Amino acid sequence: MKRIYLDNNATTIVDPLVRQAMDPFFCERYGNPNSLHQFGTEVHPDLRVAMNRLYAGINAGDADDILLNGCATEGNNTVLKGVWFDHIRNGAKDHIITTSVEHPCVGNTARFLQTLGVKVTFLPVNRDARVEADAVRDAITSRTALVSVMWANNETGIVFPVKEIAEVCRQKGVLFHTDAVQAIGKVKVDVQEVPVDFLTFSAHKFHGPKGAGGLFIRKGLRLPPLLHGGEQMAGKRAGTLNVASVVGMGLAMELAVRNLPFEDAEVRRLRDRLEDALAKIPDTMVIGRRELRVPNTTFLSVRGVEGEALLWDLNKNGIAASTGSACASESLEASPIISAIGAGPELSHTGIRLSLSRFTTQDEVDTAVDVFAQAVGRLRAISSTY
Amino acid sequence: MGKDDLIGGALWENYSRKVSQRMDNPAHRGELTEADARRLGGRLVVADHGAEACGDAVRLYWVVDPATHVIKAAKFKSFGCGTAIASSDMMAELCMGHTVDEASRITNLDVEKALRDDSAVPAVPPQKMHCSVMAYDVIKKAVALYKGVDLASLETETIVCECGRVSLGTVKDAIRLNDLRTVEDITHYTKAGGFCKSCIQPGGHEKRRHYLVDILAETRAEMAKEKLRAGSGSDDFASMTSVRKMKAVEKVLEESVRAMLAADGGDVELVDLKDTPEGVEIYIAYHGACRGCPSAGAGTLAAIEGVLKQKLRHPIKVVPV
Repeated sequence: MKRIYLDNNATTIVDPLVRQAMDPFFCERYGNPNSLHQFGTEVHPDLRVAMNRLYAGINAGDADDILLNGCATEGNNTVLKGVWFDHIRNGAKDHIITTSVEHPCVGNTARFLQTLGVKVTFLPVNRDARVEADAVRDAITSRTALVSVMWANNETGIVFPVKEIAEVCRQKGVLFHTDAVQAIGKVKVDVQEVPVDFLTFSAHKFHGPKGAGGLFIRKGLRLPPLLHGGEQMAGKRAGTLNVASVVGMGLAMELAVRNLPFEDAEVRRLRDRLEDALAKIPDTMVIGRRELRVPNTTFLSVRGVEGEALLWDLNKNGIAASTGSACASESLEASPIISAIGAGPELSHTGIRLSLSRFTTQDEVDTAVDVFAQAVGRLRAISSTY
Repeated sequence: MGKDDLIGGALWENYSRKVSQRMDNPAHRGELTEADARRLGGRLVVADHGAEACGDAVRLYWVVDPATHVIKAAKFKSFGCGTAIASSDMMAELCMGHTVDEASRITNLDVEKALRDDSAVPAVPPQKMHCSVMAYDVIKKAVALYKGVDLASLETETIVCECGRVSLGTVKDAIRLNDLRTVEDITHYTKAGGFCKSCIQPGGHEKRRHYLVDILAETRAEMAKEKLRAGSGSDDFASMTSVRKMKAVEKVLEESVRAMLAADGGDVELVDLKDTPEGVEIYIAYHGACRGCPSAGAGTLAAIEGVLKQKLRHPIKVVPV
């Protein structure tokens, strides 16, 4: 059975070009870049190329920092805990604003900071599944140290108005962080256009390797290191550089940015084709306005069919998708975004997410539509609520 | 915690093969109609439990022979995940061929056990146990409907968790039947506390009449009291643990033997005790005047054995060491 991967918001295939670029750094050029000898120094040109690609990818200035790290979880922890350490712990401020729909690496870090006495505002999303800049403006007080709002949501693909939010924060003199994990390679991410102070990303979401990420810190700002140790990253993030992954992440970034027009045209076309076909199944509902979403994501509710059950049937037929259904989570907790949209509590158990990539083909999309329709038919025949 | 818990993501890997098979092909899915009931010469019972908003909903159909109360046919429909569908399917199967009273005694544990491949390995991971609880609840509703007794009381039962429509009775039953010890366990088994969390403890976003922390504490206290009562009320020496046997023997020696020996300047010490196929062997050591007394291996020994046998009502052999 041919498998079809439609869960690209969870992780992506490593682009074969990326893997090829990484290959020499395992058994040939395996030196530690901090060593003085040839083994160490010979990887420096490759690291510089990778850094150039990452800086160009988000249009960072040479005086800004992009700290190489392990993942976006690390980057987000560095920002939230660093702001606490420098701006809240000393009593200067006591408040952080974020949203109720952030990835757990922001949400749970904020909840941890609450245990240290930080006041955290979790802004709810509106019926468009977005947090608007006005809501952020209203929540900011003289005690607010940081606003952290994701660039695009992982479940719905909804793009948040980060430019407006960043401008509000700048006017108010509050630091602004965005988790751009779901944005890189899907929409243009430009830190000159959008005046963020901190931005995080992760290579494996844009066809790079797992275990590599980046944290952008605007010029003039500082964050205390999360990891103390050696002199790597100018002492701002210690730990031996993961040379192969950094090289891979650099190329992946360049390819992601180069492929943005393709993403916007072809991936969008396939996503729309998929979504239009699935929406023809009676009693299905697509969540979130299309024009507000990244081009690769569709999130829909199928009445009478529980999300995990649908995921099970899709998986039996080789199709990988994802569900926000409470049943599929360890904690039996429904995703907050679904109840926020106001479409009724049923939706918290019937949501299915399909996310494409530039490697998705039209054949795959068409096969997925057939399998999906069959699965819905089978499960509705069993269902007591349809 | 440890090696097996650190990677995670093993939800589906922890389903038994039977769960998978029944999810893929539930044999008892479907409906029964009045026409089916007439054809089978029985009465149709249709019971509903849960709702789509709760994540699980199941409808149970029975055709019951009104003369014998035997369930002649059972089918189900279910909105839910794979384990909910598999549990519903097994639940329908377990009902069939049994009387309504017998069916009323089927619990979620019976359903889960019947879904195991290996009797020692749970059929589903703990957080999925609630799916089998739902199968248990719908049977109770069907029984109430058939007997025309409890339905009103079922509908007015005290709900602890409004989001999941979980009743106080369900929470207490789950604690008792599954020997639950934490609020997290209650959530895994019943879903209570798994939604808005208001019902876990005071201080949530909504004030509640009942909180899981209190129900847990009260129910555990009741269970402990009952256990104690059962333990102290039992004179059955055979079913005691070794420690309790030692204590019981010691009590008899103290109350009925030592005074007799002390009159002659002797004493006895309980050394050990061993269960044998014939009964129990009790090892004693003589002290004082009893040591070296010819009667210690004959008349005295027989007297001690006799007292123990009489008091403990159990085959006993006393062995001096």
